[in-house]
Amino acid sequence: MRKLFVPVLALTALMFAYSPIAIANAPYESTMRLVQKIFYYHFPAWMALTVSVTVCTVASALYLFKGSARADRIAAAAAEVTVIFGLFGLVSGSLWGRKAWGVWWQWDARLTMAFLLELIFFGYILVRNYGGPGAEKLAAAMGIFGGATAPFVYKSVDWWRTVHPKTSVMTTLGQTSPEMWYVVWFCTFTILLFMGLLLAARVRLEEQRAALDQLYLAAED
Amino acid sequence: MIRRTWIALVSFVLLGATVFAQAPQGSPEGFVPMSSLPPGEELPAARFVVASYAFFLLLMLFYLWTIWNRLAKVEKDMHELERRQGVSR
Repeated sequence: MRKLFVPVLALTALMFAYSPIAIANAPYESTMRLVQKIFYYHFPAWMALTVSVTVCTVASALYLFKGSARADRIAAAAAEVTVIFGLFGLVSGSLWGRKAWGVWWQWDARLTMAFLLELIFFGYILVRNYGGPGAEKLAAAMGIFGGATAPFVYKSVDWWRTVHPKTSVMTTLGQTSPEMWYVVWFCTFTILLFMGLLLAARVRLEEQRAALDQLYLAAED
Repeated sequence: MIRRTWIALVSFVLLGATVFAQAPQGSPEGFVPMSSLPPGEELPAARFVVASYAFFLLLMLFYLWTIWNRLAKVEKDMHELERRQGVSR
């Protein structure tokens, strides 16, 4: 894993450097024009969030039901990465909405559920940091609960009447505008790689913290 | 009885008139398509696009800095503890 870190970092840096060129060269969307360019990082950020939520949920379940300490460290790292990408997704969506809908925020199903998902994972971090002894198990339960919420966030635009575009946008984009579709997936792949690097760095921090705790325990003995 | 029926009918017609009078013109949701706005009332899009990408860059740099900082602090504590253990032996 550590051997892969530097090559993946170099590849991600190259892809990030190329992404503004790809975004600038992508065709304009006919109704929203320039502001639609926010989509090229907005959608990938939510994809990265989906992956990190999945990692956190699976790792939380492994910790809760199997007692795996490594899984707990991965869950803690993934929850933090989830909050970071969620924050960007909400802010970029708000900026887009201000231009496209005329408002910074709308309490509709998709936006409200995405905000709640962000709050659940923010709560996870608070519980872990300030919950005292046994907080890891409480946080793991919150991680599973957050994971169960994620599908509702994704399908909310199809199930309820919202101002947000439906999930079918991405399925039809390949036929309606292949140039835009390629750029969206290029940016998605770039941000997923970056998310993987952030997760690896954050897991390393948790592992070093666990090693430090072991050293303190050994010093006391 | 006839008087009451007349009052009820007139009230019903008047209420119906107010409902029709308040019916929104154009879009039922009150939204105006962006393409129909005069150029002076449109918000410039560039600042939102720039703000979005700038926020991404700043947020990720800040988050990387926090990871780097926390990792450096933990590793410093580890070295300090190992050094103290070495001295006490």
